[in-house]
Amino acid sequence: MSTITDTHSAPAAHDDHDHHDHKPTGIKRWLFTTNHKDIGTMYLWFSFAMFLLGGSMALMIRAELFQPGMQIIDPHFFNQMTTMHGVIMVFGAVMPAFVGLANWMIPMMIGAPDMALPRMNNWSFWILPFAFLILLSTFFMPGGAPAFGWTFYAPLSTTYSTDSTALFVFAMHIMGMSSIMGAINVIVTIMNMRAPGMNYMKMPLFVWTWFITAFLLIAVMPVLAGVVTMVLTDKYFGTSFFDAAGGGDPVLFQHLFWFFGHPEVYIMILPSFGIVSAIIPAFARKPLFGYASMVYATSAIAGLSFLVWAHHMFTTGMPTFASLFFMYMTMLIAVPTGVKIFNWVTTMWRGAMTFETPMLFSIAFVVLFTIGGLSGVMLAITPVDYQYHDTYFVVAHFHYVLVSGAVFSILAAAYYWLPKWSGVMYDDFLSKMHFWCSLISVNILFFPMHFVGLAGMPRRIPDYALQFADINAIVSVGGFLFGFSQLIFLAVVVKCALKKGEPAPAKPWEGAEGLEWTVPSPAPYHTFDVPPKV
Amino acid sequence: MSEQNEEKKTARPNNSRVITRLLASVMLMFAFGFALVPLYEKFCEITGFNGRTSNTAAQTIDGMQVDQSRIVTVEFHTRVSRGIPWEFTPEVRSIRIHPGEVKVVNFYVENRTNKNVVAQALPSVSPGEASLYLNKTECFCFEQQPLAAGERAVMPMQFYLDPDLPDHITRFTLSYMMYDLTDQVRVTASRAE
Repeated sequence: MSTITDTHSAPAAHDDHDHHDHKPTGIKRWLFTTNHKDIGTMYLWFSFAMFLLGGSMALMIRAELFQPGMQIIDPHFFNQMTTMHGVIMVFGAVMPAFVGLANWMIPMMIGAPDMALPRMNNWSFWILPFAFLILLSTFFMPGGAPAFGWTFYAPLSTTYSTDSTALFVFAMHIMGMSSIMGAINVIVTIMNMRAPGMNYMKMPLFVWTWFITAFLLIAVMPVLAGVVTMVLTDKYFGTSFFDAAGGGDPVLFQHLFWFFGHPEVYIMILPSFGIVSAIIPAFARKPLFGYASMVYATSAIAGLSFLVWAHHMFTTGMPTFASLFFMYMTMLIAVPTGVKIFNWVTTMWRGAMTFETPMLFSIAFVVLFTIGGLSGVMLAITPVDYQYHDTYFVVAHFHYVLVSGAVFSILAAAYYWLPKWSGVMYDDFLSKMHFWCSLISVNILFFPMHFVGLAGMPRRIPDYALQFADINAIVSVGGFLFGFSQLIFLAVVVKCALKKGEPAPAKPWEGAEGLEWTVPSPAPYHTFDVPPKV
Repeated sequence: MSEQNEEKKTARPNNSRVITRLLASVMLMFAFGFALVPLYEKFCEITGFNGRTSNTAAQTIDGMQVDQSRIVTVEFHTRVSRGIPWEFTPEVRSIRIHPGEVKVVNFYVENRTNKNVVAQALPSVSPGEASLYLNKTECFCFEQQPLAAGERAVMPMQFYLDPDLPDHITRFTLSYMMYDLTDQVRVTASRAE
């Protein structure tokens, strides 16, 4: 079998690389690196830093909402917190984490020596910290950071915003460029660098889902760049794209934004599907059920994502025919998503399952993401959306799919591949602690939000009616528990990075499949200089 | 080794072809974002999606049949944008009208400030579908309204409903929002000089 020959040849290849492995040391190694593993590592650390930063902003929000009335922060700062929390989590935490995983894993999964465009890869990472530096510097401006919500609806972002908007727009442009370059790199790598014999329908699903995600990024990030540019010119250069007085239309902003925004939410979840599709078969010790249907379902979700954007705007007074169209299209997405859930459950069915930490996070992902999906179907129903719109029900919905969905899958991926990245096994006890603390607290945090939302508590407001006090107190406790639980993860990762743990074998998981397990752990600096045979 | 070199040779141009295409798609989608602006306007014009009515005067059709069998309620709603202390009200809150019948409704405006201003009212119809059948033969909203400090004016609006108005529309709202255009007018005037 090819696997056996590879495990033998890989260390040999590694040895003779050490001699001409003249990577610079210290900071220069990281500044000038073109190595996909180094860049992947930087992306992952960066996203984790942003995750903690965005998380601390969420804790500010939860601290203020612990009791009704105004206690800790003033309403304007509260708005800055909700805005920056959203922007940082979407563009700073979740997206770079997936790009980091793509950098590390895609070349190793398809048997390529590196990404196709290594220098651009370096650039697309290194502009990111500057984007966020610009964004965060707005806190020190008069009037503070942007306070119009991460969706920056006009006229909040045009007429009623402070000058931090200009910096917000530039930061968004840089993040967009970084994502587009990352996407181009992924597509070129997958199309041109697959090992001989690795045809499209043999690619691991993580590679497939990222391939489709990259096309979504190429399609919608330029539209986002256009929208932020229009906001900039409306605010500073006298255009009236969104200004009714000058012949524009503020509702147009929402159409343009959500034309980007809805595919964007799939950009943040499709790679999760790929991760879970790698992990569940490994620990159920069965091949993935319905590989081809997974590929088609992913493509179907990506295609449909362009036809559902106006379900964010049911209350803007759309004609009934338009509401119905977007409602049916949205519900249609439940079909390919249901196919995926079915396939994961069927993969586990009668499998020889074990519950290592990556598997625990994956199972939690399947269950909790399904809850988020079902509240999504509820929100898709136009008439009831009039009640749910802009309430905590929406907040509960998208945090179920993004935190217990996307973030849990990223954590699962980190535990699954940490032995490969670091060469040591993670601390099993701490990782289990991390999982159970996260699982319990994430539900204390987000599940009660459904109830206050249905009862009418609006989102993005720093105060609330007295009858919501008990539930909000519970939610805030959940929020702090969840936030501090992530420090356990930090401890686990730091221990691995310092190589404190049992040395990991090349393939630490009995049922794992894929080329990445044929190279030793930690993965040598250069892998697959000679393409493997598949 | 030679096989690998050959592979590299073929891989290079392949890369640049894919990159060129992807970059072209990026540019295309950036342009598409901007193209959506006129497309949206055109779409709204055809479907009445955003409830905006035509900016030009409609002609009354001679011998137009008044549909006596139907009565439609038209509600009027007026607002002034933030920062202009004008009084702006319709003479009636709503009227009942037969499709095809021509009516005049007066709007009263008073400049309560001590400076001269130029303003313009922008119409919006809800539900938007009705905007396609609302024909104004004369409207103050077609032009800018200069109003001296303390001045009052009566502004007429003459309109009829197209008899093709769908049966299910029995009531709609016509809303006017008054915007302060003084600064813009001054800019264009100084440019003209």
